[in-house]
Amino acid sequence: MERNLMAAGFGGQGVMMMGKLLAYSTFSATDKNVTFFPSYGAEQRGGTANCYVVISDNEVGAPLGDVMDDLIVMNEASLNKFLYKVKPGGLLFINSSIVKKPVERDDITVIPAPVTELAMELGNAKVLNVIMLGVYVGYTEVLPEEVVYETVKGQLAKKPKLIPLNEKAFRLGTKIGQEARKDRKGLV
Amino acid sequence: MAKKFMKGCEAIAEAAVRSGCRFFAGYPITPQNEIPEYFARRMPEVGGSFVQGESEIASINMVYGAAQTGVRSMTSSSSCGISLKSEGVSFCASARIPIVYCNVARGGPGIGAIQPAQQDYMQATKASGNGGFRMIVLAPATVQEAVDMTYEAFDLAQRDRNPVLILADGVLGTIMEPVELPPMRSDEELRKLREETKDWALRGHKAGEKKLILPGGWQGQEDRCKANAAMYDTWEKDIQVEEFLTEDARVVIAAYGVSARVAKSAIRLLRKEGYQVGMIRPKTVSPFPYQSFDKLDYGRVKAILDVEMSIPAQLVYDVELGVKGRCKVHTCLRSGGEIMGREYIVNAVKEIYNV
Repeated sequence: MERNLMAAGFGGQGVMMMGKLLAYSTFSATDKNVTFFPSYGAEQRGGTANCYVVISDNEVGAPLGDVMDDLIVMNEASLNKFLYKVKPGGLLFINSSIVKKPVERDDITVIPAPVTELAMELGNAKVLNVIMLGVYVGYTEVLPEEVVYETVKGQLAKKPKLIPLNEKAFRLGTKIGQEARKDRKGLV
Repeated sequence: MAKKFMKGCEAIAEAAVRSGCRFFAGYPITPQNEIPEYFARRMPEVGGSFVQGESEIASINMVYGAAQTGVRSMTSSSSCGISLKSEGVSFCASARIPIVYCNVARGGPGIGAIQPAQQDYMQATKASGNGGFRMIVLAPATVQEAVDMTYEAFDLAQRDRNPVLILADGVLGTIMEPVELPPMRSDEELRKLREETKDWALRGHKAGEKKLILPGGWQGQEDRCKANAAMYDTWEKDIQVEEFLTEDARVVIAAYGVSARVAKSAIRLLRKEGYQVGMIRPKTVSPFPYQSFDKLDYGRVKAILDVEMSIPAQLVYDVELGVKGRCKVHTCLRSGGEIMGREYIVNAVKEIYNV
């Protein structure tokens, strides 16, 4: 079994951290092979940033797939650029606060979440990536929720003040993901 | 030992420290910046020295100097930065000074692109500087291999008193993977290793020795060249190669580094569809495993597919030398920072499979 994820957005949206948190969680809690591969332009801010996470029972060959099982897009540019990469039957997670245009494919499942707005409601726009990570984990159950939460907490060991905010963000995300999954099962 | 989840560049730097590297000088360039960054943090912890030079040329010459004292020394850069270091590397090869350096290759020629590429193959394996010297060049495909090869590189360099190059690429430098690190060499072990360099290393006036290290001279240059050539001839034993599913293969892929790991995934997909495909992956690109191509059964092998991230192809010249015209050699190429894709290779194999 091999599962690959691509996450893409503006530089500064925490796309890399999202991928890294998932990769770290896989590494620390399972005996699966995992790779994290970042790709970004020369800019420090702005520009595009994306990363690939591959989780596999075998050794990981290609660290980035031509076709992705799952794609997370945090802005419209990323949707335009990478939509074709999602395999038929794959999952597309969308930051619906920013991405307003309809998805022009009917062979994939779209899971929208207004993570920018939700982050601002929580009082800190920066946690949009943690919410989205929650949505992804809640929907896919690729890893147990608690395992990923422990990694999030571990990353903040030096900034313990931020833990309650990030926990709230992560739990909010997982709830959205779980609800979306339930709805989908209801439809099937 | 417990595994760690590490970025390629950082893992290379840590492996170097564990192998006994105690001097590093470098100059920033993407995508290898995490190597000097890591050394800057790590060297003070182990009593080593880190210098950010004012340029690539200064850095390689600092390494040239430090290594002359028998201290395990290293530098790193990326493609165009490696070109700048070529004079210093050539001097090390001429003066027979053991250094290790790493090229985290990016697009070229010129300043190229910051994205990963494999466009420095010829430079790495044939002419890393003027004068026709040779080096052992290790080409890792995974972070684990990068670690193991870096650890080994310092021993090979010291054994031969010759530069050793680790030819990585931007994927390997920036990817994070689980890795098992080799044991840390103790200060006692490092003292012993340094003691082994006493016949040639400069140890200061206090040692009461008069020694001279020269990167050439007025006389005896032919003898130097002959001695070097004799040393290069002993490298047959150092060849490392992975032969993957070649026993029944009708098409054999030739690839190294990141292209090879992508090719491996492609082969797994092709095998599921019944295609008999294998791969020869040089782990040392110099010395090159020509004999792996020599021993293929060309009654069965119909074609070789050279897969690399370089346009025009470069590895293909060594592949041709191994194949010696016994079957057709095709190419499957990307470059300019475009990373080799699995489907790309799958399609290339299918195109030539029944021809």
